[in-house]
Amino acid sequence: MKSAIRVRELRKTYPGRTPVEAVRGLDLDVAAGACFGLLGPNGAGKTTTIEILEGLLEPTSGDVEVLGLRWDRDANTLRERIGVTLQETKFTDKLSVLETLELFRSFFPRGTAARDAIDLVGLGEKAASHVVTLSGGQRQRLAVACALVGAPDLLFLDEPTTGLDPQSRRQLWDVVRDLRTQGRTVLLTTHYMDEAEKLCDHIAIVDHGRVIAAGSPDALIRSLGGDHVVEFAFAGGVAGESELATLRALPSVRSARSEGDGYHLTVAEPHVALPAILDRSRALGSSLTRLSTRHASLEDVFVALTGRHLRDE
Amino acid sequence: MSATSGFVELYKMRMREFLREPAVLFWVFGFPILLAVGLGIAFREKPIDLVTVGVLRGEGAEVLTTALRAQPGFRVEEVDAEESLRRLRLGKVALVVVPGAELEYRYDATNPEGVLARSRVDDALQRAAGRTDPRTFRETLVTEPGSRYVDFLVPGLLGMNILSGAMYGIGFALVDMRSRRLLKRLAATPMRRSHFLLATMASRMTVVIVEVALMLGFGKVFFGMEFHGGVPAATALSLLAAASFSGMGLLVATRTRKIEVVSGLINLAMLPMFVVSGVFFSSERFPDAIQPIVRAMPLTALNDALRAVLLEGADLTSQLGRIAILLAWGGISFVIALRLFRWN
Ligand SMILES: Nc1ncnc2c1ncn2[C@@H]1O[C@H](COP(=O)(O)OP(=O)(O)O)[C@@H](O)[C@H]1O
Ligand SMILES: [Mg+2]
Repeated sequence: MKSAIRVRELRKTYPGRTPVEAVRGLDLDVAAGACFGLLGPNGAGKTTTIEILEGLLEPTSGDVEVLGLRWDRDANTLRERIGVTLQETKFTDKLSVLETLELFRSFFPRGTAARDAIDLVGLGEKAASHVVTLSGGQRQRLAVACALVGAPDLLFLDEPTTGLDPQSRRQLWDVVRDLRTQGRTVLLTTHYMDEAEKLCDHIAIVDHGRVIAAGSPDALIRSLGGDHVVEFAFAGGVAGESELATLRALPSVRSARSEGDGYHLTVAEPHVALPAILDRSRALGSSLTRLSTRHASLEDVFVALTGRHLRDE
Repeated sequence: MSATSGFVELYKMRMREFLREPAVLFWVFGFPILLAVGLGIAFREKPIDLVTVGVLRGEGAEVLTTALRAQPGFRVEEVDAEESLRRLRLGKVALVVVPGAELEYRYDATNPEGVLARSRVDDALQRAAGRTDPRTFRETLVTEPGSRYVDFLVPGLLGMNILSGAMYGIGFALVDMRSRRLLKRLAATPMRRSHFLLATMASRMTVVIVEVALMLGFGKVFFGMEFHGGVPAATALSLLAAASFSGMGLLVATRTRKIEVVSGLINLAMLPMFVVSGVFFSSERFPDAIQPIVRAMPLTALNDALRAVLLEGADLTSQLGRIAILLAWGGISFVIALRLFRWN
């Protein structure tokens, strides 16, 4: 498949009294036509990476190719072919939605009519309203519309739903899904694992400026060794590391770690593992104070890789 | 989209932003006119300047009081010795006459009103005592429009307004757009950066033309000012100055990220010029030693040139020195600002 983005050994250090190494040797391959997600906690270096890809920041070192072009040679062509939403942009309050889009449309030699872009994001009824009257979700959809007016081959969305209420998030997800069905390439960043899981064909998990795992959501979850997570606690204070080896050895259990007052297991087949856990409880002369099973998520992948939760910070 | 549509849309954006903000409209158009009205009324010409004179109570005071009251232009009070000093200090009386065989005038020689009172009181008293003047004369009183305080004030206010309009309209507006990350967002589009700059300046110039028309029209209608055919020259000077000050506005906005900081920078640049550049009073009042600096200030150059073309009917070719000062400030500011300017 054709490559839309190819990044090798990307590094970015913000200079200063205490220089910040925001990106430390990041590699990325985004295929054309994919919806690709950079998933990682706050401060992982997602915005820094995406702004380098958008030509807004100079990398400290590394090799970046976007749509087969390079920022130092083909900046003008690239700007005509990409669409951008920044992590936060405040558009001018006293302009209407339509006026804002006509402004952005005027910069592109080819593209989508302002009205059509408004319809694409479902803001048709708000076309004549001033930006100041829009809700957070509507503003975010306006930002996406502004990124669409140039009919971009590649769309960058930095944290498109951060700070939005659940309904606005779902509306924005619908917009992104529509774009994907039109065959556009989308690169989005997020620290919401459900967003990455629902929208993206391919995900790179980013932590401390590096990609620590990449693949489709399914493949990443399968890499845990089991699709299911079982969480439980023994009554009577049985907890801690000493029990882990025994739990790991139970049938169908792929991994185990202690968490809080209890344990967290990844499991291939819950109907095999659960009776074994109950047997173990009886053998200890204890009982279970809590027990839950669920499908494994990207959050579990992140925790397995880093020992931290995505939204800790 | 055609090659210039970016410019047109950016220009429309700036004009809409301006026209839809009532507070900005007031500061740009309403405030200077209110200031002109207020100051014009406060400093309007009085028919005859009355001099308030104190006469010390005592023998002979009566005669002096009568003599002074017989002449126009005096308000006479009888005062006690101790009270007289206090009233003199407070400026309630300009001069105190002490009666006696030899008259004594008590006044502050550094106070122009005291000096004026000294000469007029002496004149009146000497004549009342029988002095005759060897030469005869007659007086022709001239009040020429163009020499009143409002005539001085209106061009100064126009100059001040063009400066603050450019500094806020460019400097503040750009930092505001940077703090909203709109500059960065625009930089991510194929927008021609020269279009952005030119559209910002063009919208500023449009506003300046309205400002000139409003201020001068108001001066003519409300204060009966005469402009000696200098309006086209004043408009040209105002546009040139607006372009030059735009460079200075751009300069304060090159790197600044916070609007509080840029407000401080703008005031730091403007306030000294409001004082020295002859907005409210003539810049000639400053000592000779600092005159070269005062005259090199762009607002001084603009105000002096505006007064020359509006009040004296001078033509632009006589103002080339001042025009050069404006061009130099603008040119240097642009060169530095364009080098340092950051979109994010
Ligand atoms: N302009 C900057 N100057 C200095 N440090 C920065 C700057 N921008 C971001 N950083 C730092 O770089 C790291 C990565 O930030 P960022 O790329 O914004 O992460 P993310 O988008 O994943 O939250 C953070 O530690 C952040 O504090
Ligand atoms: Mg970010």
